[in-house]
Amino acid sequence: MSSSTSVGDLVSQPYKYGFVTDIETDKIDKGLSEDVVRLISSKKGEPQFLLDFRLRAYQQWLRMEEPDWAALGHPAIDYQEMIYYAAPRQQEKKASLDEVDPKLLETFDKLGIPLSEQKRLSNVAVDAVFDSVSIATTYREKLAEHGVIFCSISEAVKDHPELIERYLGTVVPSNDNFFAALNSAVFSDGSFVFIPKGVECPMELSTYFRINSGDTGQFERTLIVAEEGASVSYLEGCTAPMFDTNQLHAAVVELVALDDASIKYSTVQNWYAGDENGVGGIYNFVTKRGHCRGDRSHISWTQVETGSAITWKYPSCVLQGAHSVGEFYSVALTNNRQQADTGTKMIHVGPHTRSTIVSKGISAGHSSNSYRGLVQIGPKARGARNYSQCDSMLIGDQAAANTYPYIRSQQPEASVEHEASTCRISADQLFYLQSRGIGFEEAVSMMVSGFCRDVFNQLPMEFAAEADKLLALKLEGSVG
Amino acid sequence: MIRPDADTLLEIVDLQARVEDKPILKGVNLTIKAGEIHAVMGRNGSGKSTLSKVLAGHPAYTVTGGSVRYRGADLLDLEPEQRARLGLFLGFQYPVEIPGVSNLEFLRVSTNARRMEKGEEELDTFAFEDLVRERLQVVQMDPAFLERSVNEGFSGGEKKRNEILQMALLDPLVAILDETDSGLDIDALRIVAGGVNHLASPENATLLITHYQRLLDVITPDYVHVMAGGRILRTGGKELALELEDRGYDWVDQELAVLEVA
Repeated sequence: MSSSTSVGDLVSQPYKYGFVTDIETDKIDKGLSEDVVRLISSKKGEPQFLLDFRLRAYQQWLRMEEPDWAALGHPAIDYQEMIYYAAPRQQEKKASLDEVDPKLLETFDKLGIPLSEQKRLSNVAVDAVFDSVSIATTYREKLAEHGVIFCSISEAVKDHPELIERYLGTVVPSNDNFFAALNSAVFSDGSFVFIPKGVECPMELSTYFRINSGDTGQFERTLIVAEEGASVSYLEGCTAPMFDTNQLHAAVVELVALDDASIKYSTVQNWYAGDENGVGGIYNFVTKRGHCRGDRSHISWTQVETGSAITWKYPSCVLQGAHSVGEFYSVALTNNRQQADTGTKMIHVGPHTRSTIVSKGISAGHSSNSYRGLVQIGPKARGARNYSQCDSMLIGDQAAANTYPYIRSQQPEASVEHEASTCRISADQLFYLQSRGIGFEEAVSMMVSGFCRDVFNQLPMEFAAEADKLLALKLEGSVG
Repeated sequence: MIRPDADTLLEIVDLQARVEDKPILKGVNLTIKAGEIHAVMGRNGSGKSTLSKVLAGHPAYTVTGGSVRYRGADLLDLEPEQRARLGLFLGFQYPVEIPGVSNLEFLRVSTNARRMEKGEEELDTFAFEDLVRERLQVVQMDPAFLERSVNEGFSGGEKKRNEILQMALLDPLVAILDETDSGLDIDALRIVAGGVNHLASPENATLLITHYQRLLDVITPDYVHVMAGGRILRTGGKELALELEDRGYDWVDQELAVLEVA
């Protein structure tokens, strides 16, 4: 067997984003206490309501237990061994990019996210978050002309406290779960988007999260509000350096859609996944939820999850408004020793609500990949409909795939459909494609992208090709 | 068509190969020249399918001895995809299904891989559609098959026609057809054989691997080889196939027994 056709060593592509930026950071001492929560709040100069929010969350967190129901295994996390606040040492957010530390700009350049005026992506506004602190947001003025607010959540707290107070924690309450409570107590930064009534956001919005410090927990908070008839498409990307210790990432994302509003939220998650023996990598415990608060509102989650040692993530929709629509399109790829337990919750509250779930899990190496999804139809959700499709693809013979669908219906007139399938990329399929002149890696990537097509079709065009490449890269060397 | 001055396309010398620890090919010799049609016949387990897979480069088979030269180059040194691009084609006995990969896209990518190797221009989707629609007629295939995933849900006969369609697109120099007749009814057999005959030219060669005479009733071989125990025991003209049909394979077994004792 020739070397390039060995399924066993298909996973050897080094992680491209594993570098560390050498920059001075302002860190607090490790450990978590009420004082730490107060310190974070005071460092950020927050109003009283937010401090109260944090302290209440902290008290709730103290009484909660880490969830253990997911099909994940990891050594206990010591929450006192972690640092809860780190920021690149830079005074105040800069009004102009020229004043941002060139090292930071260079970092984002290297990640393929140029921020400077000359090089930045056309028609995509980017909020660049470095170690949980937003360092730059592009196209702000242009967006402001349309009444769109796109800034870091810390700035929003200062400039638009009434919006934050009105919406923060209304979709994911601080006591929602252990990790959401932790985030609510110590969140550092993240993005805030506000699309006023009737406005269609004129460009793609995007936040790029970069973890740099090795011993710091990452707690971003993102809030997106689309008022009546507004619409927005938002994309987040994530990378982190390679460390041989595990870092905790516990983010919270809240989406609010009022009457006739539409929010499309896409994620390309490529946190460092650990090495082939499972050493290092990000523990990604994320709570994402959208609230279709208004009638005919629409929230769509698309995620491409390729990184992290552990992924615990269930982007969900609460479909409250009549005729509101929730969608979840997911590709989760695990390789080596990665573990993912991911899926969604579609909570049908209002009448004639509809939801679609399309989940594609790809497991290679010794990884484990579980889909876990809940479809709940409440008593008032007359005529609610759900369609779920969960497909798993196995690469090699050491990987595991599981599907845990939960369906609860209290409404006899609802319709719920669930389809599931499992397939395997076989050596014979690969050989068949090769014997027609198609190279080994292209053959794998053809099969994987064929498998993922339904989901990639949902990504903003600029990123669909990117996602395709990313998967091919992640799988290099894993089939043989 | 046998021409003494034809170019040698494939030269197999004392080829030995195993799958896992089991030796299957024990010294195969075979030379194929341009314009020729060869048939390899033999019982199940005689090694004839293994021969086709080894030539195409299937990773499950390990070559343990001998050599194969393809138009002067060392074939065994090449990746399966390189062999294909250089014009070696294997029509599979059991073509696999590849869900999610569109047949049309697959055909286009593979056709272009071969064309680029030949120094021809790459075909865009429109130019390719024109070509594929023309070639569909070789196997009388419904264009609807282009829109489906590769071989997914195809009947046995449809899969075989899809194989010949690929052959028609890839324009191979050496086409190895492994039990292409198996599982075909008489009409499908005629269509498939018609396609093979249509594609045969003085520049290329065909190696048919088959159990039965019935394929050779519709495709006339220049040479017939009888394989047993991982070797070619006897080579003759098309009358050898008729003899096999007549006498069965028992005499082959006897010859093999004598050989293995010796």
